[in-house]
Amino acid sequence: MTLSLGKDLLSLEALSREQIQLVLDTAEPLKEISERAIKKVPTLRGATIANLFFEASTRTRVSFEFAEKRMSADAVNVAASGSSVSKGETLVDTARNLEAMRIDMVVIRHGSSGAAAFLADRIQSNVINAGDGTHEHPTQGLLDLLTLRDRFKKLDGLKVCICGDVLHSRVARSNIWGLTKMGAEVAVCGPRSLLPNAIESMGVTVFDRIEAAIEWADALNILRLQLERMQAGYIPSLREYNRVFGVTRERLDRAPKDVLILHPGPMNRGVEIDSDVADGPHSVILDQVTNGVAIRMAVLYLLSGGKASLADAAKSGGADS
Amino acid sequence: MSRILLKGGRVIDPSQQMDSTCDVLVAEGRIEACGPRVANEAKAPDVQIIDCTGLVVSPGFIDVHAHLREPGREDVETIATGARAAAAGGFTAICAMPNTIPVTDNQAAVGFVLRQAQLAQAARVYPIGAISIGQKGESLAEFGEMVGAGAVAVSDDGRPVASAHLMRTALEYARTFGIPVADHCEEPTLAHGGAMNEGAVSARLGLKGIPAEAEEIMAIRDILLARRTGGHVHLCHMSTRGSVELIRWGKERGINVTAEVCPHHISLTEEDIGNYDTNFKMNPPLRTADDVEALREAVKDGTIDVIATDHAPHHYDEKEREFADAPNGIVGLETALSVNLTWLVKSRIVDLTTLIERMSTAPAKIFHLPGGSLRKGSVGDVTVFDPDATWTVDPKRFVSKGRNTPYAGRELTGLVHYTIVGGRVVHRPAQH
Repeated sequence: MTLSLGKDLLSLEALSREQIQLVLDTAEPLKEISERAIKKVPTLRGATIANLFFEASTRTRVSFEFAEKRMSADAVNVAASGSSVSKGETLVDTARNLEAMRIDMVVIRHGSSGAAAFLADRIQSNVINAGDGTHEHPTQGLLDLLTLRDRFKKLDGLKVCICGDVLHSRVARSNIWGLTKMGAEVAVCGPRSLLPNAIESMGVTVFDRIEAAIEWADALNILRLQLERMQAGYIPSLREYNRVFGVTRERLDRAPKDVLILHPGPMNRGVEIDSDVADGPHSVILDQVTNGVAIRMAVLYLLSGGKASLADAAKSGGADS
Repeated sequence: MSRILLKGGRVIDPSQQMDSTCDVLVAEGRIEACGPRVANEAKAPDVQIIDCTGLVVSPGFIDVHAHLREPGREDVETIATGARAAAAGGFTAICAMPNTIPVTDNQAAVGFVLRQAQLAQAARVYPIGAISIGQKGESLAEFGEMVGAGAVAVSDDGRPVASAHLMRTALEYARTFGIPVADHCEEPTLAHGGAMNEGAVSARLGLKGIPAEAEEIMAIRDILLARRTGGHVHLCHMSTRGSVELIRWGKERGINVTAEVCPHHISLTEEDIGNYDTNFKMNPPLRTADDVEALREAVKDGTIDVIATDHAPHHYDEKEREFADAPNGIVGLETALSVNLTWLVKSRIVDLTTLIERMSTAPAKIFHLPGGSLRKGSVGDVTVFDPDATWTVDPKRFVSKGRNTPYAGRELTGLVHYTIVGGRVVHRPAQH
C-alpha cells in the first residue's frame, strides 16, 4: 500500500515519521514553482477549496491562498467577521453548508483547540488544520522542519529549543511532535508560568534560562509573546521578559557555536527577539515563509490523492490519476 | 393501595446487616415485613406478587445530586422527566440542585419543585435550596423558610462559594435547621477558563487545565470551616486523590464532613476525552488513573460516604460544538447503578452491600431523608435489580431528555427491574 496522509491533516501528533518525510520530500520539488515567472501549474484544476478563517491571520491565510492558486484550485476565503459566523451560526452548521456546496477541501483556522478535528469528523471533504486554538498548527510545524532540513541536511540528532509562550502555542506543539518523530532533540525555554505544567511528558527537556538554551541548541524557534499574556498576569512586563528571555545579539555572541534562528511570526521586535537577531546572518525567518508555500502545496497535493513520486511530474500537470 | 410481595430475592439491606434470600412485603406505602417467612403470611387476595428469584432487593437508591433544569430549561429536562429517569435508574429519591432559572433560593421556588415532583408520580424529589440569593455568592438565602417548604440541604452547586466568610456563615446558620451545606469545591481563579484536568493530556490537546489544587484548596477550606463552626459540610463530586486524603484527615479529627463521588469519576480518566469528545466534559473534570484508584479505595473504606450522579442534561446542540465552549456535565441517573456495578463490584473493589450502602443507606442518613432501609415501618421505597445482566447503552432509549453520556455504546453490567416508591411500582422491565 502506498503511503498517504489519509483524509485530513489535523496534527503532526497523528502523523508517522514516514508521513512527515513524505510531505517534506513532496514539498522539495514544488519549491521551484514559486521561482518561476509564471507561477502556476494545473495540478488541482477543478478542485474547490474553502479557506475558513475564524481568527485573524495574514501570513498563513495568504500562504495557503498562494499555494492553492499556484496549483490552479478554485479557492474562496471565508472570514469570521462579516460572515454567517458573526451572526451566531455554529461551527457544525457552517460545515454542513460548505459540504452542501460540494467543496473538496477546507482549510480551517479557529480559536478553539480541536475545532479542525470537530469539522473533519462531520464532513466528507479533506480538512487541513491551519491552527486550532492552542493545540496544533501542522503546516507551520512542517515548514519549520523543511527549513531546518534545508540548513542542516538532516533532522536526526538536531538540537532545537522552542522559546517563549509554549503554553498558548500551537506552533510549539506541532514542532515538538514533528521534531521528536524525526529524531531531533527538543527543549523548551521560557518562564514556567508560560510552559504547560506537564510539558516533560511530551518528551522535551526544559531550560529555565535562555543562556543555557542557547548554549545547548543548534537552532532556536522563538515564539511570539502576546501582549495579552502580560495583561492576564502570566508575566510582569514585556520589558522584563526581554531582559530575562529575549534572544539578543549579546546572548548569541556568547554561545560556543552559531545558532540558527527561526520565528513563526509575527515578531515583536525588542520583546522575544531583537532586531539584529531577526535580521542577522543566522536568521531563516523569511526562508520559513518561502517554504510555507511549498509545504502547503505539498499538503494540498497529497490530500487530493496525488502521489509523492509524481510530485515532480505534477508540476506540469496530469498527475491527478 | 395494594400490597406488594417481593418474593425470593437476595435481600441486601446494609441498615440491618442483612444479606439473605427472603421476602419483602410493602403495604400502605411502608415496609410491612422483611424476612424469611413473609410469603406465608401474605396470602390475602390483594397482594401483588413479584418474583425476585435471582434478583437483588435493596432499599431504594437515593441520589443527593441531580440537576433537573426546571424551571428555566424545560427543553433539556423537567422535574417529571428527571424523576422518571431516576426511577428507570433504580432511584427512589433524588435531590434537585437549585441552579435553575430562576435559582431555587426561596420558599416559593422550593414549593414549586415539590409540586412538580408530586405530579410526576415517579421518584421522590427533594429540593436543595441555594446558599446565597441568586447563587451570587453574596448574601444568605432564607434557609429557614426553604427548609419549612421542604428543602433538605443548601448548595450553590454549579458555582463555587468563593467567599470563605459566606461559607463560614452558611455552615453556622445551617446548624439551626440541621441541614448539610453542600459545596462545589472549586477555587475560581485557579480553575478559570479550564476545560479539563491539568496535566499531560491538557498539555497535548492544548486545552486550558483545571489543576487538582483548585478542588483541594476549597475542600480543605471547607473542612477547616466545618471544624471552626461545627456545621455539616458535604463536599460534592470529589475527583482527586488529594481531596480523598484531606477528607480522611478531617474525618480522623471528628470534623463533620461528608463527601460524594460520581460514577464517572470512578470509571473514566482524562485519557478518555480522546479527540475532544464533549460527552467527556464535566466539572470537576475527569482526572488521572491514580485519582480514580484513590476514589475507588475511598468508596470502599467509607472516606467517601455516597455515590451521587451529578446528573446534568444538556441539549444536543449545546454539546455539539468546540470542546472549550461546550457546557460541562453528563446525564447519570440511568447509568449510575450499572457503572458502579461494572467498575466497583464486578472488578471486586467493593461488595454489593457496600455499594448499596453508598447509594441508599448513607445518603438517607447524611441528608436526613426517609428510606435507606428495609426495616419494618420504613418508607416503602425498594429497588430490585439484576446485578449480572448486561446491556449496551443506547442514549436514544433514555427516559431523560438528555442524551449526553460518555457511556454510549459501552456494555455495562447490572439492570434495574423494579423501582418501588411508597409501595407503588414506578418502573418495571420493558418486556413485562
